[in-house]
Amino acid sequence: MSVLEKTRPATAPPAATRARRVTDEHGRRVRVGELALRYLLLLAVLALTVGPFLWQLSTSLKGPTEDIYSSPPSFLPADPTLDNYTRVADTVPVWDYALNSLKVATANVVTNCAGSALAGYALARLRYRGRRAATLAFVLAMLVPVEAIIIAQFTTMRELGLNNTLVGVVLPGCIGAMNVLLMRNAFLNLPYEIEEAAFVDGANVWQRFLRIALPSVKGTLAVVAIFAFMGAWDDFLWPLIVLSDPSRFTLTIGLNYLHGTFANDERLVAAGTVIAVAPLIVLFACLQRYFFRGVGEGAVKG
Amino acid sequence: MTAPTAPSRIRRQLPSSPWLFAAPGLLVAGAFVLWPFLSTLADSFTDRRTLIPGRFVGLANFREMLDDDMFWIGLRNSALYVLGVVPALVVLPLLLALLVQKNIPGITFFRSAFYTPVVASIVVVGLIWVWLLDERGLVNSLLETVGVGRVGFLSDQWLLLLSAMTVTVWKGLGYYMIIYLAALSGVPRELHEAAAVDGAGAVRRFLTVTVPAVRSTMVLVGALSSVAAFKVFSEVYLMAGPSGGPAGEDTTLVMLVQRTGTGLTGRVGYASALSVVVFVVTVALMLLVLRADRKEERV
Repeated sequence: MSVLEKTRPATAPPAATRARRVTDEHGRRVRVGELALRYLLLLAVLALTVGPFLWQLSTSLKGPTEDIYSSPPSFLPADPTLDNYTRVADTVPVWDYALNSLKVATANVVTNCAGSALAGYALARLRYRGRRAATLAFVLAMLVPVEAIIIAQFTTMRELGLNNTLVGVVLPGCIGAMNVLLMRNAFLNLPYEIEEAAFVDGANVWQRFLRIALPSVKGTLAVVAIFAFMGAWDDFLWPLIVLSDPSRFTLTIGLNYLHGTFANDERLVAAGTVIAVAPLIVLFACLQRYFFRGVGEGAVKG
Repeated sequence: MTAPTAPSRIRRQLPSSPWLFAAPGLLVAGAFVLWPFLSTLADSFTDRRTLIPGRFVGLANFREMLDDDMFWIGLRNSALYVLGVVPALVVLPLLLALLVQKNIPGITFFRSAFYTPVVASIVVVGLIWVWLLDERGLVNSLLETVGVGRVGFLSDQWLLLLSAMTVTVWKGLGYYMIIYLAALSGVPRELHEAAAVDGAGAVRRFLTVTVPAVRSTMVLVGALSSVAAFKVFSEVYLMAGPSGGPAGEDTTLVMLVQRTGTGLTGRVGYASALSVVVFVVTVALMLLVLRADRKEERV
């Protein structure tokens, strides 16, 4: 719906002649001149933010005979073809890389959701000696920048014999301290009374956690899941350090490899990047509400 | 040791179960964050290499840094990155947030679209821009069409750094826009109306009403973006290549850490010392921004 609406003011007659008037969030009318200027600016920013992706898509669809360096540039492929997508798969095993990324991202979602929900519940709802120390440990872990410990993580991984494995890619971030603290805050906001009632009814701590507390924090859990997936799918520095064998590469490392080895054919690199970014854009389009909620919540807590 | 807020009945439970709940998280945080942090500190005083255990060498690594041209190049570039990127990321997303704040038809589409670069992997974003800024790429062919001629965005040391900064800003815009959007929704409309009644124009209202109202958010954005900018790795690595551009002049500090500490001949000790510098500067930047905030409040 919104896609249809966005083009209307540019071409439509003045809003007064339309049945529907454009109003702001307070129900006040927005002047036509201001509205036109707004849409003009919005479209300009749209071109700047989304344009580069479309240019990449267009490049990936251009055939081998088409000049991709022409000046002035041609924005639409003259003879669109999917050849580059099959050719990129012949050059590097891009679908294997995508599968590796999917494995890593899925594992990261499962471990982060389970681990941070459990730990968050322990920090928020259970009483025991050392609870404050445990909370402090997670706060400290959140404050340490990954970039400053990456070599030591690499050494630790090697000592565990997990270098160059997907398990090694997943492990360091598999339960993010930030996620634990997010879950803790979510559990803290739940009223105690329901759990107390369940306790009186004889529910043990696991039952209270699984049946009562967890279903009430689904929103935060979704935020954790989305960011865990995105973080793992997009990560570059850590997989770059830990993976050395091209057959184990994730998509981001594979793309960098593709770019380094076959920089002379932009069509292939473009096809590779489209393969890498398309699933995320689809995921994002479906779940954008949670994205924005997540960023907003993060900002309030930051 | 127990917090006073919890009802007493919930307190009764098996003594072991809280630790079962927290154990996986604590194990990961301990083994892969806190332990590596401590061992980074310890290793920074040794000459440890990838396959050779280190000996204690005191401050030798830090002394070596002072004479290491690459260290100064890395520090310079990371610092320049902060100076170049942070002002843009504090101001531009605020303007963008004002643009998408009003609920006009189709605005959710624009908000999501502006957020797309945030979602895309930095590798994808880097490669897209390498292609855009290529000697024969889109930007240059547009420049040539309008008669400016081609510019070596990726071959000149300074233009390369500037291009990488542009990419960082481009990718960060949407993220900080949402943070500002949340802050703007808390600004009372009456303030704007009162200022408008007093005859203040849009620019004046922005400076006298909006900016003071979102000032603490600006500080937060400044802190977040400066810490992130100082640790920049991927953008420059992708655009300049693993060796950091012409003669390594575009190497950043984290790129140097990665290059020094990995591989079979990796100098883990020296890389750890460099990591300590990254950590110290990061913390210092945080404190600096937060302190500047407090000082301003006192005035």
